[in-house]
Amino acid sequence: MTVQASALYDVPGPKALARHRLYGGIALLLIAAMIGWIVYMLFHTHQFTYQKWMPFEYRGVQDLLLRGLGNTLKAFGWTVLFALPFGALFAAGRLSDHRVVRWLSTLVVEFFRAMPLLVMIFFVFVALKVQPLWALVTGLVLYNGSVLAEVFRAGVLAVPKGQREAAYALGMRKTQVMTYVLVPQANRAMLPAIISQLVVALKDTSLGFLITYEEFLHAGKLIATNLDYDLPFIPVVIVIAPIYIGMCLLLSWLARWVERRSRRSPSVRGGAPVVEAGVAMGLPPSAQQ
Amino acid sequence: MKTLTDNWSTYWDGFLGTLALFAVSAVLSLVLGVLIAGFRVSPVRPLRVFGTAWVTLLRNTPLTLLFFIVVLGLPRFDITLPFFTFAVAALGCYTSAFVCESMRSGINTVPAGQGEAARSLGMSFGQTMSVVVLPQAYRSVVAPIGSVMIALAKNTAIAGSFSVTELLGTYRTINELGYSIIWTFVWIAVGYLIITLAISAVFNLLERRVAVSR
Repeated sequence: MTVQASALYDVPGPKALARHRLYGGIALLLIAAMIGWIVYMLFHTHQFTYQKWMPFEYRGVQDLLLRGLGNTLKAFGWTVLFALPFGALFAAGRLSDHRVVRWLSTLVVEFFRAMPLLVMIFFVFVALKVQPLWALVTGLVLYNGSVLAEVFRAGVLAVPKGQREAAYALGMRKTQVMTYVLVPQANRAMLPAIISQLVVALKDTSLGFLITYEEFLHAGKLIATNLDYDLPFIPVVIVIAPIYIGMCLLLSWLARWVERRSRRSPSVRGGAPVVEAGVAMGLPPSAQQ
Repeated sequence: MKTLTDNWSTYWDGFLGTLALFAVSAVLSLVLGVLIAGFRVSPVRPLRVFGTAWVTLLRNTPLTLLFFIVVLGLPRFDITLPFFTFAVAALGCYTSAFVCESMRSGINTVPAGQGEAARSLGMSFGQTMSVVVLPQAYRSVVAPIGSVMIALAKNTAIAGSFSVTELLGTYRTINELGYSIIWTFVWIAVGYLIITLAISAVFNLLERRVAVSR
């Protein structure tokens, strides 16, 4: 059922409309009260004093924040660079005709998906004594690469089997069937899910904060715990949160835009259906089963 | 093996901490998630907008940032609660957005005719949802919710860095006692595997019991 309102309830008549307006009014009041309380608390606890916002005027603090943001993006960049080939490699492994390769790849992918990401990061950081950046990137690559492997695999399996059969009938070899026929179609269908998974990777770079990697949140914490500025914790959140969430939102919107664009494209007709974009927790729905 | 037997009580406390954290935030996220999913399909516009904003914001917020805001930010508003409560609030709210999206795509799998039939019998929105649509949506929602719950169990590890007793955090205590760090982590990993495998077994069982071919 589409969640278009019409399927779940009748077009409201005058009485129902009045009732809905009443509910709407009450809801609005509650939401306004909530926002009002937050604003009241912001003023009540003196969050807008000059002393608390003063650090953001300093060049050094601005540089610190920008460096943190740069480090976040650096970790994200390395993750994307390694996770995509990792995913492709293990997806190919899981689709292999050779039993040993298939089993090994399944083992690797399933293991890294089952382990909490933070446990892997801490293991690399504490037990293997790797630098924070590379500990973070290793963990992110292993986890997101494994999820991407499942996404790629689901994409290849979603291509209608006539495509594969036709390619074999033309005398193509296994690798040719894969690279010329299946993978291009799978990629187009799965692109929204792949970008959505990158949003997850971007969000998870913030775990670097917990292993003292000097990323965005870490820079914020340094400023927030400074007594000279009267512990400007809330101001730091007001500055940092919109930037962080904004970056993730932009990437999410890109995924949605790609999804809508490829839905319209005539080249997907008859091929694998384009999956829905959407940040997932765990395995994306498009890769389940 | 010695690492495990010598530190059994530390591990056990951590394991129970993780379980408690998971259980309470799972309940919170399920209740909130279903409520918000209801908001998102309701005829009342402000509720719909609120639901959409809630889901969009939380799905794009790094969980660490949310922990940062809740655990370190709320005390600035003179709200002082135990760390455990803060962690549950952060995990529960974060996960509720994903539960809501799973519920919503579950509602999407119920054929439109079901809702129309319910309406033509004169049912209200509440009745249509609770008696006709949700029981059917529930069946196709079990597997995705299971996936979200497993992810939630894995995410509880973050709470350890915000002063909550849980499994990953035990490595510090054990490490200070001079035990092999590799083995410390192996047993922590086993602990998490036990929890995630148990959740996935429960959901597989549920799925088999409620699954219906459509």
